[in-house]
Amino acid sequence: MEEGVVNEILQGPLREVFDSTQLLTDVSGSGNNWAVGHLTYGLAYREQIVDKLRRAAEHCDCLQGFFIIHSMGGGTGSGLGTRVLSLLEEEFPSVSRIVTAIYPSTEDDVITSPYNSVLAMRELSEHADCVLPVENQSLLDIVNKIKVMADGAKPGSVIKRDSTIISGQGGLTGPEKPFDAMNNIVANLLLNITSSARFEGSLNTDLNEIAMNLVPFPRLHYLVPSLTPLYTLADVSVPSRRLDQMFSDAFNKDHQLIRADPKHSLYLACALMVRGNVQVSDLRRNIERLRPTLPFVSWNQEGWKTGLCSVPPVGHSHSLLALANNTCVKPTFIELRERFNKLYRKKAHLHHYLHVEGMEQSLFSEAVASLSSLIDEYQLLDASKGRLTPDAARLSIAT
Amino acid sequence: MSVVSVQLGQCGNQVGQELFDVLCSDAQDGQRNKYRAISCERFFHQTDRGELEARAVLIDMEPKVINRCVSRATKCSRWSYGSSSHFSQKQGSGNNWANGFCVHGPRHRDVVEEMVRREVERCDRLSGLMALMSVAGGTGSGFGTYLTQCLRDAYPTSFIINHLTWPYSTGEVIVQNYNSVLTLARLYQLSDAIVVHENDTVHKICSQLLNIKHISFSDVNRVIAQQLGGILQPAFTTHSHGFYSRSPIDELVSSLACHPEYKLLSVSSIPQMPSSSIAFTTFSWPGLLKHLRQMLISNTKMEEGIDWQVRPPSGAGCTGSGFNRSVANLLILRGKDVYSTETSGFEEPSLYSSWLPSVEALNVWKCPVPFHKYEKSATLVSNSQALLRPLDHIVAKAWNMFASRAYIHQYIRYGISEEDFLDGFTALEQVISSYKQLC
Repeated sequence: MEEGVVNEILQGPLREVFDSTQLLTDVSGSGNNWAVGHLTYGLAYREQIVDKLRRAAEHCDCLQGFFIIHSMGGGTGSGLGTRVLSLLEEEFPSVSRIVTAIYPSTEDDVITSPYNSVLAMRELSEHADCVLPVENQSLLDIVNKIKVMADGAKPGSVIKRDSTIISGQGGLTGPEKPFDAMNNIVANLLLNITSSARFEGSLNTDLNEIAMNLVPFPRLHYLVPSLTPLYTLADVSVPSRRLDQMFSDAFNKDHQLIRADPKHSLYLACALMVRGNVQVSDLRRNIERLRPTLPFVSWNQEGWKTGLCSVPPVGHSHSLLALANNTCVKPTFIELRERFNKLYRKKAHLHHYLHVEGMEQSLFSEAVASLSSLIDEYQLLDASKGRLTPDAARLSIAT
Repeated sequence: MSVVSVQLGQCGNQVGQELFDVLCSDAQDGQRNKYRAISCERFFHQTDRGELEARAVLIDMEPKVINRCVSRATKCSRWSYGSSSHFSQKQGSGNNWANGFCVHGPRHRDVVEEMVRREVERCDRLSGLMALMSVAGGTGSGFGTYLTQCLRDAYPTSFIINHLTWPYSTGEVIVQNYNSVLTLARLYQLSDAIVVHENDTVHKICSQLLNIKHISFSDVNRVIAQQLGGILQPAFTTHSHGFYSRSPIDELVSSLACHPEYKLLSVSSIPQMPSSSIAFTTFSWPGLLKHLRQMLISNTKMEEGIDWQVRPPSGAGCTGSGFNRSVANLLILRGKDVYSTETSGFEEPSLYSSWLPSVEALNVWKCPVPFHKYEKSATLVSNSQALLRPLDHIVAKAWNMFASRAYIHQYIRYGISEEDFLDGFTALEQVISSYKQLC
């Protein structure tokens, strides 16, 4: 709801890619207020948004899904973003909606971000098919590590030119903006998800299969993404990582895009999407190797979804994206709830929200209740971990 | 007589393409006019320009795999797919059986049925229909089941067999066991015989017998295609009186699927080795058949690591330890000196159930033409307890998942209810119980 960023994209190297009739801006921004984004702008621009979505959809031969990318902390992203999400559900109920949500770091510059995030969480739980939570802090850690390994190389040369398709400085020279490297990682995440739909492979995976395989219960659709190789995104002489190392890396905290501990939590399901010259035997060998170290829920001990796409990302020989539906997102959510409650107990900043037309305090309590029940669902599954659940008694046949 | 194949989904199309490749290159090898003519009539028809076109319909809900199959077939320039006999959509079934069965099925029924009808009408005489598909995904399993149902209605008196590829047990698709249960339960009502290949077993053959280092899906599919080719190519049956049998599908069904409760067929063949080793190996019929017999009774799909201790139980015992009892077997021998082979090892009554005399239970087909570069080779199609364990495994895992109702909402969305699942489980438990109590 601001012109600045959108205008910048329009002047950037990718200006040809976007259709100028498909942009929507206002002048004042949402003021880090979910209610302004979701209710005020949501209502005011509803017709225009739906119109533009329809127009974009009509251009598609076959609509596979929507990517919605927004942050959780601010106003426009979380508020209007989740509004768009529910509009999409109304307009295109059968098309899958995959949200990449950027979660705020603990030390965040937006004071109302816990409010915005919790309010947005409820929308995500109810209306999205899949959510890929990404934390700024993890992205920053990864970028910093790359910088350290780059060993004092100029900041501008950190990202390999030809391995990236991002907004911003793409093929131009000039100083890199701090967020570019981080955004690049998220962009690569989305590229890898869609690669199997775009290129040939011996085991194709399309977008619908992600939700189908990874979401056992409708609300538990938060998938922890991890991406390898990450360091080789950097244009430095990192020792070339072997194929098996790539698989191990995917289950290493350093490669996750959210700070969590999946190995000590419970896997509900896991997808491995491999690109490049990797054969099914490599895949099987690595699954066999990694399986003992990863705790899976009792009814889904073999909860692996695999995809093989033969075209690697530009500049690499192979890459791997792992998406894990894991109870390890629970601590992140609990932390979020605590930060929400800290503000909410004192009713701090609440009046900014209640000013907004259509916003009621019940929305806050409902949102936090929704989050709590989500946490409880994860807790319930977590509690089943380690306990030997007897197999369900089979149907018996009278002879 | 001719066979019309329907290739469904990514797996079915890839297996099908390999199969036609094997069939065509085997038939065109050497100077054996009658063998070639019969094989070609079975699986190909000639265009006006004399080129071979596969009697096949290709179906997938997304275009990439089919495009690749068609172009690979054209590139090899020995045969090709008919230009109007493939059907694809833009969006896959998303591993959801319900999506394939309830949504894509009814929506594309007319177009696809018309394509099959056109292929059928091109045949002078139809031996039967063969649907190639996997049970794990959405298109092969869901759409495949729906189409089998339609074909059953449209061709009530023709034989329909399904070739199923069972997924790796450690997961390709997380909901594979659900999809398998729904597919198998329905197909058991519809199909005349279900030929099964397990990816796990074939993978082992690739790595241990064929010594392939980096096994790809096309290696796996090639092994499946060769085993199927060994069954489907022309041979002399007991009753064909010195002529090649005309109809592989109905001969296969009548030899093996003699009871509606038992229609799961597994395949094993011998020898299987890398082509570089063939020159250094001598084959003798007694040796091959001795191995194959032990593979049958000890339920091993490979000639390596056979348990030689397993023997058919003497007396009235229902099960020996590790003994694999058969309902019926079909032994197909190809190569030099087939007429002088001794197959009495497969005729022992103790291998079979008490209600079917072993004379009826064993059928032997012979063909003097060697198949696929082996001087002598044997393929065994067996209706036996061999698939009991993997089937039980699939049902157990699906049932376990069903107990927590995981993923069920994805099926309900497209109109498959919990009752449908329960019906599927009941049907398969019945099958398992029947095979278990075979004696």
